Amino acid sequence: MSKPDTASIPAAAGTAPLRGADPHTAVASILPQDRLVLYRLLLELRYCEKRANDLFLQNLIKGTSHLALGQEAVAAGFGHAMEPDDYTFCTYRGHHHTLARGASMTGVLGELMGRECGLLGGKGGSMHLTSVKHGVMGSYAIVGGHLPIAVGAAWSAQYRGTRQVAVAFFGDGTTNIGAFHESLNLAAVWKLPVVFVCENNLYMEYTPIGNVTAVANPAADRAAAYGLPSIIVDGNDVEAVYRVAREAFALARSGGGPSLVECKTYRHSGHSRADPAKYRPPEELQAWLERDPVPAYRLRLLAAGVAEDVLRRMEDDTLKQVDEATAACKASPPPPTAVAYTDVWADGGNAWRN
Amino acid sequence: MAELSYREAVAAGIAQEMERDERVVFLGEDIGAAGGVFKATVGLYERFGPRRVRDTPISELAILGAAMGAAMTGLRPIAEIMFSDFLACCWDYVANEIAKTRYMTNGQFTMPLVIRTANGAGSRFGAQHSQSVENWAMAIPGIKVVAPSNPADVKGLLAAAIRDPDPVLFFEHKSLYAMKGEVPDGEWVEPLGRAKVLQQGDDITIVALAAMVPRALEAARILADEHRIFATVIDLRTLVPLDTQTVLAEVIRTGRLFTVEENPRLCGWGAEVSSIVIEECFYDLDQPVVRITTPHIPLPAADALEDAVVPSVARIVSEVLHAADFRAPVGHGR
Repeated sequence: MSKPDTASIPAAAGTAPLRGADPHTAVASILPQDRLVLYRLLLELRYCEKRANDLFLQNLIKGTSHLALGQEAVAAGFGHAMEPDDYTFCTYRGHHHTLARGASMTGVLGELMGRECGLLGGKGGSMHLTSVKHGVMGSYAIVGGHLPIAVGAAWSAQYRGTRQVAVAFFGDGTTNIGAFHESLNLAAVWKLPVVFVCENNLYMEYTPIGNVTAVANPAADRAAAYGLPSIIVDGNDVEAVYRVAREAFALARSGGGPSLVECKTYRHSGHSRADPAKYRPPEELQAWLERDPVPAYRLRLLAAGVAEDVLRRMEDDTLKQVDEATAACKASPPPPTAVAYTDVWADGGNAWRN
Repeated sequence: MAELSYREAVAAGIAQEMERDERVVFLGEDIGAAGGVFKATVGLYERFGPRRVRDTPISELAILGAAMGAAMTGLRPIAEIMFSDFLACCWDYVANEIAKTRYMTNGQFTMPLVIRTANGAGSRFGAQHSQSVENWAMAIPGIKVVAPSNPADVKGLLAAAIRDPDPVLFFEHKSLYAMKGEVPDGEWVEPLGRAKVLQQGDDITIVALAAMVPRALEAARILADEHRIFATVIDLRTLVPLDTQTVLAEVIRTGRLFTVEENPRLCGWGAEVSSIVIEECFYDLDQPVVRITTPHIPLPAADALEDAVVPSVARIVSEVLHAADFRAPVGHGR
C-alpha cells in the first residue's frame, strides 16, 4: 500500500483536513472492479488529452483549447459515481468530464479538429462539448454561466420526481463571480439535487487564486454562507474523489439538497494553448507532478495486489483506442457548410422573417 | 368576449397554459404570494401552488439560468425579469446561453422557455426603469421577440410563446397594464410572427409596436379628420420572426412609410424595417422613409421631460405633416 501523500500538498492548497485521504478507508469501500474502471477512466482522459495537445502542435486543432492534464481524478471519480441519467455541466476545460460520461474520443477529438465527426458537427468547438445522450449537458465558456443552469436542471429533476442529480464542475476562479453565489443560495433554499464541484487548480487563469480571493479555500470557505458543510478533498486521489462524490449524490437523491465540494488539484499545463505557465514556481510544479494522479493510482493498485500485466494491457488498449480515434478524425471531412445555417430554431432552420 | 385589463390578460394567458400543461412552471421575484409588483400575476400562486409558481431571491442570473436548465430537461418555464432594464444584469443568459445553445450543440437541445418582462416608459421611473430594450433582443440570433399592444394579444401571444419550442422574450408595456379590452372566451392563442393591419388607408403606412400602437391609431384619426390623410396602421406585434410581407404589401400600396418606435434611435427596430423596405420596394416609395423614435438619449424622469422625448400623438401627426408638406402631394389615394 502506498503511503498517503497528503503531506506533500503545497501550503497554497490549504490546511483544512482532506476527506478520504486515508487509502485504507477509501479502498475498503470500493470494489475491485470499481478500481479498474477508475484506472481505465484515468488512462482514457490522460491519453486523449495528451493526444489533443499533440494534435495542436501539429496544427490539426485550431482555435484554443484548455487542457485538464493533472485534473483527471476529479472527472474520473465523479464520472464513475454518476448514474447514466445524471447531468454533467462543465466549463471550457471540459474534455475530461465529457469523456468520463462515455462520449467517444472520436467525437471529442473530431470536434476539437473541426471535423464532421465532431460531437457538435463542428458548430461548438473545444469549449462547448456536449453529448446529451451521455448526460453531458454542455461545456460553458462564460465563467460561472453554467452553475445556474445546473440549478435549473436539478429543479427540473426535483419537479419531475426523478432521482437525477445535476453536477456542475468549475474552477477556483468561478468562486468570485456572482453566478456562483446566486446558484448556491437558490439551490440551498430550494434543497435541490445539485452538486457543485470546484476543481481548485490554484490558478485563476494566469493569477494565483490566493492573490485575488479573501479566503484560503475559495469554495469550501464560502459553503457556510449557504448553510452547507465545508468539504475539501484531495482532487488527485481518484478514490477519495469517488467516495466524496457518492456521499454527495446519496444526499442529493435522498432530498437532502446540494453539496459544495472543493477538490485540490493542479493543472500540468497552462490556462490555455496560449499560456506557457511561466508564472508558476518550478518547485511547486515539481511537487505536484510528483503527485500526478495517474501514476499515483497505478502504484496504489499494484500495492493492492493488482497484477502489472493487467494494468499494462489496459494502458496498451487505451493507447490503441486513442490512435484509432485519431485516425478516424483525420479521415473525417470538414463539416458541410450547410450546417452553419441549421438549428438556430427548433424547426431546424434560421428564418427570422417571412 | 370578456373585458380584461392588459395585466389581467397576462395572468389569464399563464393560467390557460398552466392548466393544460403540467410542464409549465413559473419563477421570478415577487411573482407568487405578492402577485407581481405590477399585479400582473395575481391569483396564480393561489391557483397553482408554490410548486409551480416559485418566488425567487433577487438573483437574475439564477432566474434565467434555472429557467434554461429546466427547459433543457423537459419543462416549459416562464421566467419573469421584473423590469426589462434588469435584463442587462443577466444578459449572458439571453445572449450567450439561451439563444445559442441549440445552435452550438448542433440541435441537441430545444429551449422552450419564455422570459416575461415589463418594458417601456410612462411611469416616470427614470433611466434605469423605463427603457424600451426590444431592439437589444432583436440583435441576437436565436431568440424570438414579442411585444403586444392590447389585452387580447397579451393573452394570445403569451400562450403561443409558452407553446413555442424556442425561447421567447415577451415584452409587456408598463404603461399599458391598466388598458382594458375584449379578450375572446375559451382557449385563445395568437400565432407569433404575424403583424396585424389595424386599419387601412390609402395615403401612408404607419408601423408601430406596443405602447406606440394606440398613439399611432389616435394620430391616424387626427390625420384623417383634420388633414384628409388616410393611414394604414400596422401593429408589428412580433419583431422576431418579423412579418415583412404584411409591411411590404401596405408600403407598396401607400408609397409612404412611417415607423413609430419607443426605443432610442440607433439600431431601433424601425431601422431594420426601413432597410428591408428600401431594399425590396424602393421603386414603390413616394418619399423617404421617416422614423419617429425616442432620441438617442437615456430617459429622463420628470413627467414633462419624459413626455417630451417619447413619441407622442402630436409628434406623430406633426412628423407626418412635415414629411407630406415638401414631398409629393398626399390625400389622393394611389
